[in-house]
Amino acid sequence: MTQVYLDNNATTMTAPEVVESMKPFWSQWYGNASSMHSFGGQVKNAIDEGRNHVATLLGAKPEDIVFTSGGSESNNLAIRGTLDALDGSKRHLVTTRVEHPAVLSVFRFLAKRGYRITELPVHADGMLDIDALNQSLTPDTALVSIMWANNETGVVFPLKEITQIVKNRGAVFHVDAVQAAGKIPINMDSIPIDLLSISSHKFHGPKGIGALYVRKGTKLIPQIIGGHHEANRRAGTENVPGIVGIGKAAELALDHFSHETDNVAVLRDRLERGIMENCKDVLVNGTNRLPNTSNVSFRFVEGESILMLLDELGISASSGSACASGSLQPSHVLRAMGVPFTSAHGSIRYSLSRYTTKEEIDFVIQHMPPIIDRLRELSPFVER
Amino acid sequence: MWDYTEQVMDHFRHPRNVGLIRDPDGVGEVGSLACGDALKLMFKLDENGRIADVKFQTFGCASAIASSSALTEMIKGMTLEEAEQVTNKEIAEFLGGLPDQKMHCSVMGKEALDAAIEYYRSGGKTTQHELEGKIICTCFGVTEKEIERAIQDNGLRTVDDVTNYTKAGGGCGGCQPEIQDILDRIYGQGKPEVETPESKPKRLTNIEKIRLIQETFDREIRPLLRKDGGDVELVDIDGERVLVSLRGSCANCRVAQFTLRDVVQAKLQEFVSPELMVEEVS
Repeated sequence: MTQVYLDNNATTMTAPEVVESMKPFWSQWYGNASSMHSFGGQVKNAIDEGRNHVATLLGAKPEDIVFTSGGSESNNLAIRGTLDALDGSKRHLVTTRVEHPAVLSVFRFLAKRGYRITELPVHADGMLDIDALNQSLTPDTALVSIMWANNETGVVFPLKEITQIVKNRGAVFHVDAVQAAGKIPINMDSIPIDLLSISSHKFHGPKGIGALYVRKGTKLIPQIIGGHHEANRRAGTENVPGIVGIGKAAELALDHFSHETDNVAVLRDRLERGIMENCKDVLVNGTNRLPNTSNVSFRFVEGESILMLLDELGISASSGSACASGSLQPSHVLRAMGVPFTSAHGSIRYSLSRYTTKEEIDFVIQHMPPIIDRLRELSPFVER
Repeated sequence: MWDYTEQVMDHFRHPRNVGLIRDPDGVGEVGSLACGDALKLMFKLDENGRIADVKFQTFGCASAIASSSALTEMIKGMTLEEAEQVTNKEIAEFLGGLPDQKMHCSVMGKEALDAAIEYYRSGGKTTQHELEGKIICTCFGVTEKEIERAIQDNGLRTVDDVTNYTKAGGGCGGCQPEIQDILDRIYGQGKPEVETPESKPKRLTNIEKIRLIQETFDREIRPLLRKDGGDVELVDIDGERVLVSLRGSCANCRVAQFTLRDVVQAKLQEFVSPELMVEEVS
């Protein structure tokens, strides 16, 4: 059966070059970088090289990079590590309603610990309400955490402007760049963000490895203690194959930025056009998006049913419908954007990668209309 | 990925009895687009009072479509008295079981069937099952009666179970303590509390009031608070007391008490009833 993978915002294929680069670090160079022998020393060099590649991807210095187990750990370390390092006099935190649960859940946990939380709204097109951000910041604001790009819609926030606003008001600024890193250029040298989370498996690296960028001078209390690793910022023997893998993936991503806009975005636009031309009552959610993401709502049909019929054809996508998530409410991102329920339940996210082909996109365009027609046949809401 | 049985997948891929019946004897509708699933069920009786034809239309996930399809197969040929006895549990069993979180799909089938039978018996007065008793879950409009029946038909023991079977408590979560109370009452006393006839005449006005209050929240109050990064959720309505919970920047805000009185209460008094008093619950 054909396999068309359009769920790259969930995870990506590990690039063959990445797998190859990791191979020697399982059974050949398995030493501990902390050991006092040259066998471990070889490994330390590989870690340094991985760190250099990640730093280059982010326009950062190698010493600013802390390796973690992935995006969720990076977000937890950034937010909780920052608050632990402050004296506790500032009690206000700001984030957005459309953050990934790895940030939102941490904030809601902190609300129970007595912090005052502002969750900023977004406009109907998914863009952050900048006025609301301006108004939310007070001298009591300790930390602001805002994503670079949204995982569900791909909407990219204007981080230059946002960073300036936040830094002018003296709060620590964390950015969840898990979806942005490797897809659009990031240059920490030209944007004074304090902390930035990335995850390897979102850009063709292995799972179980990520990084937190920590700007020099940013105070951080480690959340995992028990060793001096990562310059005392995250204890634990290094995940050497992972670090080599994320390094290779970062190197490849840097080479592919032009491909993202010249090729991936073109295919994404082709997909959207194909769907809009062939299916009725469709709308695209979000504006100013990552090159690879398309979030489309099919009115009057339910997302999980669409996914299951796509799956039978070997097409993998995801949905913001309530049923697909196992919760009872549709995507918090689409609700924050005010997408009507009629559309939110029928939303499908297609996320492409550099490996997506034109043939695959055409295959999806060809099969989408009969699927939607078939489900609308069943739907009591369609006027006939 | 859900672990659906072969029977669920079969009924999802090849749903039986899809469509409409011209001039039906019974029509039942449950759910809505907002809820994420909805079912319209119709039947036609033969001269012996047996279900000769039955059709459905469903908006929903695979298990909702499969449950509807299964139900139509089950009740074909039954008398209404027989069809009435079909439980949601039997619908799920017919399909070889449903994932716990999807049991509400089978409950929806049962409710549509009840509504269609009610339509027939009332001479076509309503296609919607009349809401009986107090609404517990305002997010999904689930009543105390519906929760009690789900608990008893399926032997439910926890609030999570009740959410899986009826959706109640799965939205804002504000009604979870009340669901626990219902469970405690049923298992504490061994049988559900009998509703007193006196409470019935007030019932409809209560539902209207709840709806009006909700509309006022959504249209007048929440947009105002959201402008300042705040929000408010309706937790419960108890007589003239409206219990709310402040969210976002409203929570812990020093002027929150003024917001409650001058915005929330004032709007409710203006648009719903001058007797309403707002109280904050955490």
